[in-house]
Amino acid sequence: MNRENEANRNPLINGALLAYVLLAYLFVFAPIVASFVFSFNSDRFPSIPLGDFSTEWYRAVAADPLVWQGLRNTLLVGVGVGVISTALGFGAAYTDHRYNFLGKQVYLALALLPPTIPVVIMGLAMLAFLSRVNLSGDAGAVIIAHVVICAPFAMAVIRLRLSQMDPSLEPAAWNLGASEWAAMRHVVIPFCRPAILGALFVTMAVSFDEFAIAWFVSGLNETLPVKVLGFLQGQVSPRINAVGTFVFIVSMTLLILAQLLLGRTAAPRKE
Amino acid sequence: MRRRLSLYGLTFSLPLLIWQLLFFVFPLVFLIALSFWTVRNFRMQPDFDMVNWTTMYGRAVFWQAYATTLTLAAGAAVLTSILAFPVAYAIAFKLSPRVQRWAIMLMVIPFFTSYLVRVYSWQVFLSDAGIINVMLGWIGLGPYGLLNTPGATLLGFVTLALPLVVLLQLFSLIFIDRTLIEAAHNMRCGRLRTVFAVVIPSARVGLVIAALFAFILSFGDFVSPIYLGGGDPTTLSILITDTTKSGQQWPRAAVIALTMIATLMIVAYLAVRFAYRGRK
Repeated sequence: MNRENEANRNPLINGALLAYVLLAYLFVFAPIVASFVFSFNSDRFPSIPLGDFSTEWYRAVAADPLVWQGLRNTLLVGVGVGVISTALGFGAAYTDHRYNFLGKQVYLALALLPPTIPVVIMGLAMLAFLSRVNLSGDAGAVIIAHVVICAPFAMAVIRLRLSQMDPSLEPAAWNLGASEWAAMRHVVIPFCRPAILGALFVTMAVSFDEFAIAWFVSGLNETLPVKVLGFLQGQVSPRINAVGTFVFIVSMTLLILAQLLLGRTAAPRKE
Repeated sequence: MRRRLSLYGLTFSLPLLIWQLLFFVFPLVFLIALSFWTVRNFRMQPDFDMVNWTTMYGRAVFWQAYATTLTLAAGAAVLTSILAFPVAYAIAFKLSPRVQRWAIMLMVIPFFTSYLVRVYSWQVFLSDAGIINVMLGWIGLGPYGLLNTPGATLLGFVTLALPLVVLLQLFSLIFIDRTLIEAAHNMRCGRLRTVFAVVIPSARVGLVIAALFAFILSFGDFVSPIYLGGGDPTTLSILITDTTKSGQQWPRAAVIALTMIATLMIVAYLAVRFAYRGRK
């Protein structure tokens, strides 16, 4: 597959390209690694040379009741968003997989477009609309808004899995006397289970990191990322690194779980 | 498999439709109505008044912000595309499938990793006593004022968009017909010329879409312009957050938001038309 032509085998150019790739990954991961390193650094104003090893920023964060409240809100929102988006996304993916109907293009656009709208605009629109119908200012408002942008991710993940399903599998179940509901329960859902779990983790990770829309609609019930935004607006403080490292580890775990689940499902049919 | 929608089918298709109509379409449509409302005594009231549009469009600061935002976002789209291309190219053509999977996985992770924290990290790198200036000091240079510059804003935009752009470019490059490239080589077409004459035109749709996403992400981002760019010159996204959060001027913020949506729609339309030009 990767058999290359003679002209394409200049070791110098290949070496330079690979060095550039490493540089790009360095650029992408430098801020993440720096945040991790400085979260354990004693200096008030992080720079090099490093100060002493210290966990004071973690202790400062852990002693802040608002951070705990933020964490509770984030988890509550994350789980709610994960479950609702995955359910809605599954329905939409299954609809796209199985049905053809007039206006399907519009349906798919509605299902997939929301993440491409800038978050400031979504945030403002959500705030204006939800406060008009008296829904803004609590965790429920954040859930409502996050589902709008997360459901498309769930749909994409599950749609990919459905496209791997043998199209005759469901009709086979019907021919054997299963109702549509029974086929759904005993054939489609089991087949999609890894993708459903993957979608759950991906949507939770997206919600876990989303700060802009949450900042607009959450009012006093801030989520953890909104809290980080608050830290940024205040004075420079390495507490951001401590919270950031924690948030990073959680999103990382969710994503790795998702990729393991999805990677395993993709493998058997392809290879 | 083509059956008519039944109760069973509607159970799966309707929930998302209803949710997105209620909480995606309605709020955006409501923005249009809101932009004609008026604010009296710090209270909004339904109205049909052009005042918000004329006020905003009559302000020099609005048009300055518009020009700044457009320039920065376009710059970020071009810069990110150019920086990302060699990475996507190398991953697509130079790596074994196993390494390729790892490379993709590593690019997916930052896209879901707190952008705020990464921006804060860049502050640590760029500030006057920050990592870069300390290192420059070792060789007797600086310190330079790196933070609160348009360049720093761009750095933030690239941080935001690079992973997604690499991935989108990569997916368009992977699906190029390899025989085309081999044919070019067989006809003694040089490496660089192959890239420009064969690879880039074949992957054009993906490359343009990737640049479009970089533009959209940068156009709407308010974090990098504030915390890396220092809020000056101001951007439309900063105007929206300021107008919404520090005042009761939501109708005016709606005017800005609608202008942004219209701009994005035009840019997206042009980009897609350009991407598919001469194709069917």
